[in-house]
Amino acid sequence: MAEYKLNTPLTDQDIAQLKAGDVVFLTGTIYSARDAAHKKLVDLLDAGKELPFDLKGAAIYYVGPSPAPPGRPIGAAGPTTSYRMDSYAPRLYSLGLKATIGKGKRDAPTRQAMQDYTAVYFGATGGAGALLSNSIVESNVIAFDELGPEAIREMKVEDFPLLVINDSHGGELYAVPDRKAAGIE
Amino acid sequence: MRTIQTSDIVDAVAKMCVSSNTELPADVRARLESAMAEETSPSAKEVIRQLLENADLAFDTKLPLCQDCGLAVYFVEVGDEVRIEGGNLRDAINEGTRKGYADGYLRKSACDPLSRANTGDGTPAVIHFDFVPGDKLKISYMAKGGGAENMSRVTMLAPAQGWEGIKKFVINRVAEAGPNPCPPTVIGVGIGGTFEHAAKIAKRGLLRKLDDTHPDPEIAAKEKELEDAINALGIGPMGLGGKTTVLGVKITMEPCHLASLPLAVNVQCHSQRHEEVVL
Repeated sequence: MAEYKLNTPLTDQDIAQLKAGDVVFLTGTIYSARDAAHKKLVDLLDAGKELPFDLKGAAIYYVGPSPAPPGRPIGAAGPTTSYRMDSYAPRLYSLGLKATIGKGKRDAPTRQAMQDYTAVYFGATGGAGALLSNSIVESNVIAFDELGPEAIREMKVEDFPLLVINDSHGGELYAVPDRKAAGIE
Repeated sequence: MRTIQTSDIVDAVAKMCVSSNTELPADVRARLESAMAEETSPSAKEVIRQLLENADLAFDTKLPLCQDCGLAVYFVEVGDEVRIEGGNLRDAINEGTRKGYADGYLRKSACDPLSRANTGDGTPAVIHFDFVPGDKLKISYMAKGGGAENMSRVTMLAPAQGWEGIKKFVINRVAEAGPNPCPPTVIGVGIGGTFEHAAKIAKRGLLRKLDDTHPDPEIAAKEKELEDAINALGIGPMGLGGKTTVLGVKITMEPCHLASLPLAVNVQCHSQRHEEVVL
């Protein structure tokens, strides 16, 4: 398992080298978007309108941070469960999105899209919201302010610690539950 | 009769919301530390290390442990010799929630189920009332995050399925949830009652300490049996493999209809945020 330092925007070369289990420290600009924001993004696409940020080479972080207390750029900011964004992810990958960041399993079409469009799914540690916020040095709402915690934020990150869960070659890191050992098979 | 002012309830509830979201319970920390010693896989150790570092950081900075500060759930025991003065008990608990989520910079996650419009203040809370003998008011708070809650299920088994059926359903549920609910999780199992009561007692079981032992030795043995079987699944911290898939299993059992065997599995994330106050 290798360790990489990558910068945004991400290129096909950046992504193609990654294998499930690799550790990546990401620096640059990433965008927050979760359930309601994804619906709005897809509505914009359907209407033929421009998105609030450029998907090309982009990384979307599935996060709804807690409010920033005085003196900090952001509150706690750990990942939310990713499968809820699976109905939108293949389309966004097809339009140039290179990485999504979250926790939990992805569905088969989303995993296939990562292979088709040389993209990746990173895991961040769920529940480590205070710790992960330390890697976010700046955060500004750029769209859908009315969604509150679900608004789209442009965030500057420095050495954001990520783990490659699904790579662009069909590899996946998650353990397969051993039902036999658990005595139910 | 003993009189309790709603203003005291508001303050106590607000304080609990903040401290629960920023301070990892001592029993959870102890269990994570023992899991750290048991785990051999580097990824499992790294996840637990990050969770412990996160807890230290949250304590020092007063940032919430997790950005998902949960929907506020309360179990309230009202002594029958208690009189609430200054307003309504439910309103006071909601007001305390509003105050705590604002004061603590906690994320407000309550929204309309269809329009998804955020109510903006973390309310309404989900409140379960119970009436008990005595002159005390006990309020237990639980921050119930969406990721873990979504992995919970209720089912109605046939009585003939018995313990084997219960065991199979619970283990399968944890297996299917996999990495989604932020393992290592705590599993509340509600057996009996009715459809809705099974779910309620499954959740109420999550108020117990991780290191307690069920007073009924037979149920205590069943909790251990489930815990060992689930940990044998090898899902591990964050689903990356390992020996620690659950930190604990808490069974609550109550009588049910002779035709039924209601079963509920309520999944709680590793930080198991809950606290109680007695007024």
